[in-house]
Amino acid sequence: MNKEITLTVNGAQHTAEVEPRTLLVHFIRETLNLTGTHIGCDTSNCGACTILLNGKSVKSCTLLAVQANGKSITTIEGVSKDEAMNPLQEGFKENHGLHCGFCTPGMIMRATELLADNPNPTEDEIRWGISGNLCRCTGYNNIVKAILYASAKMRGVPTASTEPEFV
Amino acid sequence: MIAASFEYDAPSTLEEAIGLLKQHGDGAKILAGGHSLIPMMKLRFASPERVIDINGVPGLSYIKEDGGVLKIGAMTRESEVEHSDLLKKKFPIFGDVSKLIADPQVRNMGTIGGNLAHGDAANDHPALMLALRATVIATGQGGKRPIPIDEFFLGLFATALQQDEILTEIQIPVPAKGTGSAYHKLERKVGDYATAGAAVQLTINDKGICTDIGIGLTNVSATPMRASRSEQLILNNQVTEENISAAAQLAAEDCSPSADLRGSEEYKRAMVAVLVKRMIRKAVERTK
Repeated sequence: MNKEITLTVNGAQHTAEVEPRTLLVHFIRETLNLTGTHIGCDTSNCGACTILLNGKSVKSCTLLAVQANGKSITTIEGVSKDEAMNPLQEGFKENHGLHCGFCTPGMIMRATELLADNPNPTEDEIRWGISGNLCRCTGYNNIVKAILYASAKMRGVPTASTEPEFV
Repeated sequence: MIAASFEYDAPSTLEEAIGLLKQHGDGAKILAGGHSLIPMMKLRFASPERVIDINGVPGLSYIKEDGGVLKIGAMTRESEVEHSDLLKKKFPIFGDVSKLIADPQVRNMGTIGGNLAHGDAANDHPALMLALRATVIATGQGGKRPIPIDEFFLGLFATALQQDEILTEIQIPVPAKGTGSAYHKLERKVGDYATAGAAVQLTINDKGICTDIGIGLTNVSATPMRASRSEQLILNNQVTEENISAAAQLAAEDCSPSADLRGSEEYKRAMVAVLVKRMIRKAVERTK
């Protein structure tokens, strides 16, 4: 039997009827038409589908849409409040933190919670922090730099190096 | 991948959840963090007719010390276990375990109760609970029932929970002074199941004698396993390099790993020996 769910998506309330087996990632992409959230491995390994559920980063391929009933979700479409990029998006651009870009929305959603919990992480903490997100292009170094850049920017500290690393 | 169809309930009280379990019997499954159940449903290894989501049931998420007993609510997320100040201070072994469970996003959903109730020897908390001699509390229509951890795991994905029971709390005796504990698992990559893992807790008195020891092993047997002979060898003795090696050897002999992509049986036994040895040494170090 279908269930009616009401949730807040990037600040706006939505109500929809879903089959209980509908995965949250499919609901986001196909019902809400927010295709910035990607489906990578579909087995909760790669992190491409990472979103925030009540502020916590989760893998939306391993949640049911019905589990988001009454909750608030944030997707990559909701991270910047206006046309400008937020510090993480800017960090990824400035530091060449992406090549193909497939993992990027998940990386940014994960890094959003990471920086909310720990505004000044060490490189090691960042590497542990994104251990649930796979990138098959960059070798991660520029992603770590991008998050360090965003951390500095958000704390009002001069962003030291924006020189990307090519290996 | 999409699961087979099922009916979904989101009860708001424990009584309601237990009532639904009773009503729907074997066809119903409890949804806690969902990070074991949902992948199994997507692969259609599990096709429950009814999923009872207990995430809306209040009062099942806490970590507290109460009269010499550490009590952890079953719906406590792995990330809460990871960042608990109480656990960091008194039970550093939880820090060893939780950072090795899957990855940060999965730990935001996965629960300690679900990790145990799934009944999988590949999960990490079973070995830990064996080492810490935990008791799990099952709540059903007849009320609460304590189940010693040694009687909880009955087989692959099979536990002592009755049809109408939900695992609601984990109780761990706060150990005596002079106790140390440690856990490690060998994994190929973040998020993989253990090639092998070992949890050790031991107490050493002021004469240097081991007065209590628990050793649990991860993913080297069909059912979560206690290394009993290894414990007996160390108990009431000095913890020397010689008997650490002997205990490690016994654990390697007594486990029953199966060969898979993570390694051959021989390799896994060798890793059990290495891990048991290192975790006993680390636990001894932490008694100081």
